[in-house]
This record gives sequence, C-alpha cells and structure tokens, in this order.
Amino acid sequence: MISALLVMIGIALALGIVLGYSALRFKVEGNPLIDKINAVLPQTQCGQCGYPGCKPYATAIAAGEAEINLCPPGGEDGIHKLADLLGKDFIPFGEGAGPKGKMVAFIDENTCIGCTLCIQACPVDAIVGAAKQMHTIIKSECTGCELCIAPCPVDCISMLPINEDISTWKWRYPVFPIQVRA
Amino acid sequence: MRTLHKFHGGVHPPTHKLESTRSPITLAAMPSRLVIPLHQHVGNRAKPVVEVGAQVLKGQLIGRAEGRLSSAVHAPTSGTVLAIDMQQVAHPSGLPDLCITLKPDGKDQWIDHSGVDYTQTSHSDLRHLLRQAGVVGLGGAVFPSDLKAYAHKHKIHTLVLNGAECEPYITCDDMLMRERASDIVHGAEILRELLHAEEVLIGIEDNKPEAIAAMRQAVSGCAKCRMEVVSIPTLYPSGGAKQLIRILTGIEVAAGIRSTEKGVQCFNVATAYSTWRAIAHGEPLLSRIVTVTGNVANAQNFEVLLGTPVDELLAQAGCKADTDRYIMGGPMMGVQLPSNRVGITKATNCIIAASPALFPPPPPAMPCIRCTRCAQVCPAELQPQDLFWFAKSDNFGKAQEFHLFDCIECGACAYVCPSHIPLVNYYRYAKSEIWARERETEASEVARERHEYRLLRIEREKQEKAEKLAQKERATLAAKQASAQPSTSAVEPDDAAQQRIEAALARAREQAAASHPQNTDHLTPAQQAEIAAIDARRAQAHAAAAPQPNEDK
Repeated sequence: MISALLVMIGIALALGIVLGYSALRFKVEGNPLIDKINAVLPQTQCGQCGYPGCKPYATAIAAGEAEINLCPPGGEDGIHKLADLLGKDFIPFGEGAGPKGKMVAFIDENTCIGCTLCIQACPVDAIVGAAKQMHTIIKSECTGCELCIAPCPVDCISMLPINEDISTWKWRYPVFPIQVRA
Repeated sequence: MRTLHKFHGGVHPPTHKLESTRSPITLAAMPSRLVIPLHQHVGNRAKPVVEVGAQVLKGQLIGRAEGRLSSAVHAPTSGTVLAIDMQQVAHPSGLPDLCITLKPDGKDQWIDHSGVDYTQTSHSDLRHLLRQAGVVGLGGAVFPSDLKAYAHKHKIHTLVLNGAECEPYITCDDMLMRERASDIVHGAEILRELLHAEEVLIGIEDNKPEAIAAMRQAVSGCAKCRMEVVSIPTLYPSGGAKQLIRILTGIEVAAGIRSTEKGVQCFNVATAYSTWRAIAHGEPLLSRIVTVTGNVANAQNFEVLLGTPVDELLAQAGCKADTDRYIMGGPMMGVQLPSNRVGITKATNCIIAASPALFPPPPPAMPCIRCTRCAQVCPAELQPQDLFWFAKSDNFGKAQEFHLFDCIECGACAYVCPSHIPLVNYYRYAKSEIWARERETEASEVARERHEYRLLRIEREKQEKAEKLAQKERATLAAKQASAQPSTSAVEPDDAAQQRIEAALARAREQAAASHPQNTDHLTPAQQAEIAAIDARRAQAHAAAAPQPNEDK
C-alpha cells in the first residue's frame, strides 16, 4: 500500500518536474495565433474594423472579443480564411459593409496647402511632403485605407479606383453560353 | 545515328502545314502605319526615347531597355513618330499598352550600322550588342537572349536549337530554315561560343525534310562548327523546350529547375538567325517571319515589320470575307486577338484567320468522367483531370501541390478530352489567380512592415523627446543647486547648518528692518492713519507668532 503510494507520488513528481521544465524551456513568446490571424488580414491598416490597425484587430479576434466579418478589404475570401484558421463558421458581412474595389488615394496638388495632416494620418508612410510644401502619394505603397481623407482641411484628397492593366490582368473563369435549340 | 529518347504522352493533330509552304517567304508590303508596342518581351517595358513628330531612321532606337530584364525596341522603317500612347496590343485581354505609332515615309532609309567579327569581340560586348539589338526568344517566350546566352552559374555542355515547330499550321521556322539555313548555323555558332557549349543539336521534326536537308547542308559547309542536325519523330508537343531536350539528350529537366542546371540551353532557330543579323550585320530585330494561314486565299510566310497591323497583313494573303476571328499562334496554344488592328510583335509567329467553317465552335462541355485520357497524353506527366477539378473549385493550394506550374499549356489534354472541356482555360485561370494572390500577399507584407516601422519610429521619437526633456530638467536643477551652494563641502554637521540658517534669518530680519517703503512721501492723513493701523496689527501678529516655532518641531 505505502510502496504503491510512494511509486505514484514519485511518478507524479517526476512528470511535474519535466512539465515544469518544458514550460520554462519551450515557452512561446507572445500569442502565435495573433501572428497567424495577422498574416491573413490584408494589412491596409484602415481601421474599418473599429480597431486601430490590423494587428490590434488580430489580437481582438484571438481574444474572442471581435467577430471575423469586420474586415471589408479582406473580402469574403478573408472571412473564409479566418473561419478555416479558427475553426469557426463563415459569417457574411453586415448590411452595407461589403468590400469595395481596390482604390488608391490621389492628392490634387493644386489645392494642397501643405498642412502635413495627411502625412500624420497615413499608417504606411505613403505620403511625401513637408510643411507648406506640396504633398503627394506614393502610389505603389498606398493601401487605399482612406485614413488621409478625413483630416484634410481643404478636401484635396480623393480615392481613385485601380483599373486592371496588362500586367495585372487575369484569365477569367471559363464560362459557356447556354444555347437554346431552335 | 544518335539514339533518340521519348517524352511522355503527346498527340498527333492534323498538321495543316502544306498550305503555307508552297511559296517562298515574301517581303510584306510597307504598311500605312506601324503600331509598335514597347512591351514585346518578358520583363520591364522599354522606355520611349523619341518625341512625337520626330523623324526616325530604320533601325533607330525608339525604346531603351529599362533594367536588367528588358529589351530594346527599334524603328522598323524610316518615318515620322505620330503618337506615343496607349493602344490595343496583341494580348488576349484586349487592354491597351504603351505603343509608338510610326508613319513610314516609304524611303526605308537605314541608320548607320555595321557588324562586328564575333571571334574578335569579347563575350560581354557580344551580349551587350544582343541587348542593344533587342534580340529576344522568337519561339514565343520572348525572353531577352542576352540573359539566356550567359552560362555564369552552371557549365553548359549542349546547346539545343529548336527547329521542331510541332504546332499545326505554323511554318515560319520551317521556311526560315529552308531559305536562310547558313545564317541560322552562324548564329548558333555565336550562341554556342557565348555559352562555351561543346556541341549544338538542331532538332527538326521529320515532317520537314526540306528544312532538314537545307540545315544539314549548311552545317556541312561550316567546317569548324560542332553541330548535328537531328531528325525527330513528328509528335505534338516535341517543340516544347523540356520535351525537345528530353528527345535529343535523354535529360529529364525536373519540376522547378531550369535546363541550364542540367547543362543544356535551348534557343529557337529564328533567335539564332536574328543573333547572326544583329552581330555580323549590326541589324537590330526589326522584322520577323510570320505565317499567315487559315481562311485566306494564299496562305504563306511573310517577312513582316514589327508593328504591322494584322488587317493589312491579312489583306496581302487574301483574307476571305467569312473570317470571324483571328488567332495569334497555332490552334493548340494560340490566343484570340482582341481586334485585327493590333500590331505584329516579336512573339507573333503565326496569324490564323478563323471562320466557323474552318474552326467550328466546340460542342458544349460535358462533365468530366475521369477517363484520364488527358493524363495519358500530358507531356509534363501531370494529372490534368485533378488539376481541372482543383482549378474549377478554386482549390489553388492543392493545384500547386499537383504541380500546376509545370503545365506548359500545350492543349494536348483538351484536344483528346471526350467531354470537350476547355482544360487549358481552367489552368490559365488558376495560374493567373495564384499570381494575383502572390502579388497581394507581397503587397500586404510590405504594408505590414511599413506600418510596424512607422509605429516603431513614433515610439522612438516619443522616447527621444522625453529623454531630451528629462536631460534639460536635470541640467536646470544642477545649475540651481550649483548657484545655491557655492563652495560647500558635501556633508556638514547639523549644528553648523543650524547656525548658518539662523545667521541667514538674522540677515533677513536686519534687511527687513532697514528697508523703508518707497512711495510714502505725499500721503494724506487718512492714508497715514490706515498704514499705522496695519503696522500695529502686523506687530501684534508677530508677537503672537513669536513663541510658536518650538511647537512646530
């Protein structure tokens, strides 16, 4: 009886030490789930989800505080990916919250007064300019988040749709016309 | 006799090559205008270096190669630059691209040009000449030849010259080999020299006996050339680079690696021809041989200036009235042109005028019955029925796992499909979707990095500001302390300090007693009385406060 107890206690202690050691030795810094969710998000940093950027939204999803259908730039594809990643069901976008086409910001340089407010608002440093100097958008870096539009005091920023060109053109999904026999 | 090897699969579509080989290559008539795209090659678009209205000579550079992976574009004839703008180009999308429109002056006046002796010129100079001459692969891939003719990573032992021309209807390489064999052989010798290859194997399908004979004669006329013309069995798609290398050398170029890693490089015969013209004659790539066939009265090969509108070319071959669409390339791999106004490019090997009678619309696609006839004919040894399934259901990850990108889009699978499924269209759709997603992932990765860097920078600036402020505060504090305690040692006994405080207080009291109010000269009696009353109250208050200091402690 006593020996059996001792053996069990011994095993429990040994396993406890192993577990305790590995918890320290193989400790994961941060939450790996946040990074995985962040990798799925489109990184526009637009804040349309209600969080100040993609990473905060990823953190909120990981903590179970936010739904997965709050990211319009990610599209329905993004919701599907998040649902797959988290083992959740697909939820469609709310009323009028669907994704828009890809856009890029454009500064009307004749109207710009050089106030630098848009530069401070841009989450990816895609606007060049200085105080009382004309500003301009670096088109290739702009994520189309629209965060620069609200702060502009002279409303000189507009969003232009990105049109398909030869280098970004995609082959269409094959479709067949249905023929009605006469 | 060389042992030939076999590749997996392949089909035997009707060749339809006889129609266009009855007459020799004809120089196409000078068109009324030339629409020359600046992006006729793999890589960056060339940068225009002429102005609208400029007079240019034949062979003059009009588009400079931008960056390493790019190629130059030249004026195919002398004339006036009418416009540099976006125009529809020979691309299945029908989207516009930057083009230079040239109005020929009819004089066809050459710019000063001269060739070099390639044996006396360094290899890097030769490659530079190729780049300046805008020589690209004319088999259809239009990859800049100067980059391909450079064996810097791997030793190349064999140069394969591709004269297979396996696709039906197309005969431009056949006619070129029949008529200009010696120039091709000389060009191949330059390419062999550039690659330090030991031998050159020229693969030609056995349905072109005239071309084989002409090439054999040209090779025998070149005593020092280490070349062999190999007749290979006619089987589509033996003209695919990997397939031809397999047939001629037995080397299997595995998925994801280049043939150069196996010591083999492959060039098209027309590329070898333009290499010779560029090096030995100083002629940039201004024209190419184009097969005009299909629904035309006189199917034949034309030597066509780049930029010639397709409709003007077709008119010379007698395009029939019931033509309803135009195919660039062959019937297996070709793409339908968006209009017949687009210009011929370096990639245009063949123009087929199609009519409903010649190419009847395919019967409606039926469901896949998984008969795997496509897998039996696939030259890349893929499982097309699975790829179709994955592409159809947007399961791109799985499609990539099944090596979608090894598909050469030869169309053999769709050709044999008993359900008439346009399989290649599904693969093209899946490939371009995957590329688009990769571009998006890359862009979002860049955005994430930039955003994180911005946050880091803001945090750093905040810290630096706080540090600066703290430093300033410390500096003022130190200055204050320095002025308050001049020349005192660090620690003093308590009573000494007490004495000093009392001495200071006494000094203050003395000063207070000695001071007189300044503005008391012309006071009214009432004011005097008020002041006296205040003084009295103050003295009283002092007297009351005097015994308290002991209680404070």
